Amino acid sequence: MLPVIFVMPIIQLIILVNAATFEMKNIKLCIVDQDLSTYSRNLSSKFEGSPYFVIEKRTFSAKEAIKYIDRGVITAAIVIPKGFEKKIVRNEKNIKIQVLVDAINGTNAGVSQAYIVSILQDYNKQILSKLLPANSPGNGIETSRRFWYNPELNYKTFMVPGILVLLITIISFILSGMNIVREKEMGTIEQINVTPIKKYQFIAGKLIPFWIIGLFELAFGLTIGKLLFDIPLVGNLGLVFGFAAIYLIVLLALGLLVSTIVNTQQQAMFISFFFMVVFILMSGLFTGIENMPEWAQIADKVNPLAYFIEVMRMILLKGSGISDILYQLFAIIIFAVIMIWLAVWRYKKIS
Amino acid sequence: MNFVEINNISKSYGSHKALLETSFSVKKGELFGVIGPDGAGKTTLFRILTTLLLADSGSARISEYDIFKDYKKIRQIVGYMPGRFSLYQDLTVEENLAFFATIFGTTIKENYELIKDIYVQIEPFKDRQAGKLSGGMKQKLALSCALIHKPEILILDEPTTGVDAVSRKEFWDLLRKFKNMGITIIVSTPYMDEASLCDRVSLMQEGKIMQINTPDNIINNYKPILFEIHSNNMHDLLIKLRKYHNNSNVFLFGQTVHYSSINEINKDDLKMYLKNNGHANVEINVCTPTIEDCFLWLMNQNN
Repeated sequence: MLPVIFVMPIIQLIILVNAATFEMKNIKLCIVDQDLSTYSRNLSSKFEGSPYFVIEKRTFSAKEAIKYIDRGVITAAIVIPKGFEKKIVRNEKNIKIQVLVDAINGTNAGVSQAYIVSILQDYNKQILSKLLPANSPGNGIETSRRFWYNPELNYKTFMVPGILVLLITIISFILSGMNIVREKEMGTIEQINVTPIKKYQFIAGKLIPFWIIGLFELAFGLTIGKLLFDIPLVGNLGLVFGFAAIYLIVLLALGLLVSTIVNTQQQAMFISFFFMVVFILMSGLFTGIENMPEWAQIADKVNPLAYFIEVMRMILLKGSGISDILYQLFAIIIFAVIMIWLAVWRYKKIS
Repeated sequence: MNFVEINNISKSYGSHKALLETSFSVKKGELFGVIGPDGAGKTTLFRILTTLLLADSGSARISEYDIFKDYKKIRQIVGYMPGRFSLYQDLTVEENLAFFATIFGTTIKENYELIKDIYVQIEPFKDRQAGKLSGGMKQKLALSCALIHKPEILILDEPTTGVDAVSRKEFWDLLRKFKNMGITIIVSTPYMDEASLCDRVSLMQEGKIMQINTPDNIINNYKPILFEIHSNNMHDLLIKLRKYHNNSNVFLFGQTVHYSSINEINKDDLKMYLKNNGHANVEINVCTPTIEDCFLWLMNQNN
């Protein structure tokens, strides 16, 4: 069991952080240049120069481009229609370019589309300044962007704290969920139940070892995150561990609760998985909670993972202090009290 | 006053009735055996007595404590050994003992006197994991753990099932010793030959107690004459004997067939009948019944 507890998080951290990224590079593109003019070539060279795109195909027919999408050869196609340059030079209105995106994976499609549009806009600006000096950027509104807390929009910085939460959650929840039920399967619970041991003593005995393992795992994971991914540790680490300590109690008590209800490890596994999957997918790790429908946001109020991931990111990346996370702290304390009470109450020494 | 008193305890699992209005009492310092085949309700009875299971109806007490109201007190004075080996298999022999001693708020040293006789037998293996012990050793360790808090009563659920003959004998010798120390012992077993080692036994069948008595009295109460019959063709002998009289009890007992009947049977008549039915070399002797004969007889009567 020990190697599982310690090797698993390292491997998961390394694999997940590197793999679970929305950052897209090398989007395969097909340029359908039906104009073959200076302007159209300029535009396609913009795509060529971008690190995000690879020009996989060039053709003259939009139909053929769609075929490529069908076959999965390319992710997106840009169709520059005939007369593109002529319209620009004549300063006509409604000059159109078609963008076709493979939306099998909705998220990918959204990101590719956004990248393409931003390049097109850039190009648009260039033309405007060239053709209409009066409208040059000096006269318009220029936006200058600065990304706080993660200036380079480094995906790993954002993911490591979240995935760390995921790891200690899985470890603590599964370990505690399997625990009492294993005693049931082995029959050892019989022998324990005839002893005068108190319920809270028994539950405490079950919680504390996993609690220590969980905190150790967090320390371990943060070290790896710092050494391997160079994540910023801006805030107070003591606060992170303090929050984690309470958070772990919630998870462990939930695991024990599952364990007291079911009769076999198999059942425990199924129920744990049910909770895990719901908690993780709604945790805000991959998709922002703000983007969820309202009912889901309300439901997320009872998702301990969501609180912890938020707090981890706030403290580690932003350097938030205790006053900034009071709401989350109170919520998690309330969960802890409820879950402990439920676990102790559900664990009966008499059947 | 009786040390254990059980009145009309009933328990059913769904529609299956595991215990039917069971009542009996055990005196202080008695070695009381509960004998019955698998599924007779022995384990259910023991789990109710050890407060692990709630009975549907009836009442019971151990010493002055009610098993429902004073279950906390009961747990202090009872040493229970479940039928399944229930110690921590990944702890060593010594760790298991120390663990259970601690839970009961005592130490191995404090009650060493009590478990000394068993402990010297398992001591050579004290650093071995409990899961890696042999069956007999496991049972001895479990018994030590059940004794570690100096209980007033031991409740042992089939302690000798799956244990070799030598270890079984050793185990019963130990039980005798503890009985002599004044510990009340309730023990269940599916082995009829172990019944004679108890002070009193209750014969259980399908959740009912058929008889409670001393082993000797149970044998004395056996009314019919018991014949021990041997022939060349045992299978055919069984068939023929079953046809001889209604209401008779015929079963294989080692190398012979035991035969008894409600009706009065004449040995010579029986011999004639068997000879006429192709059993020329038949041997018939009257023999003294064992507990097993009594049990099967009672079982037949009840059906």
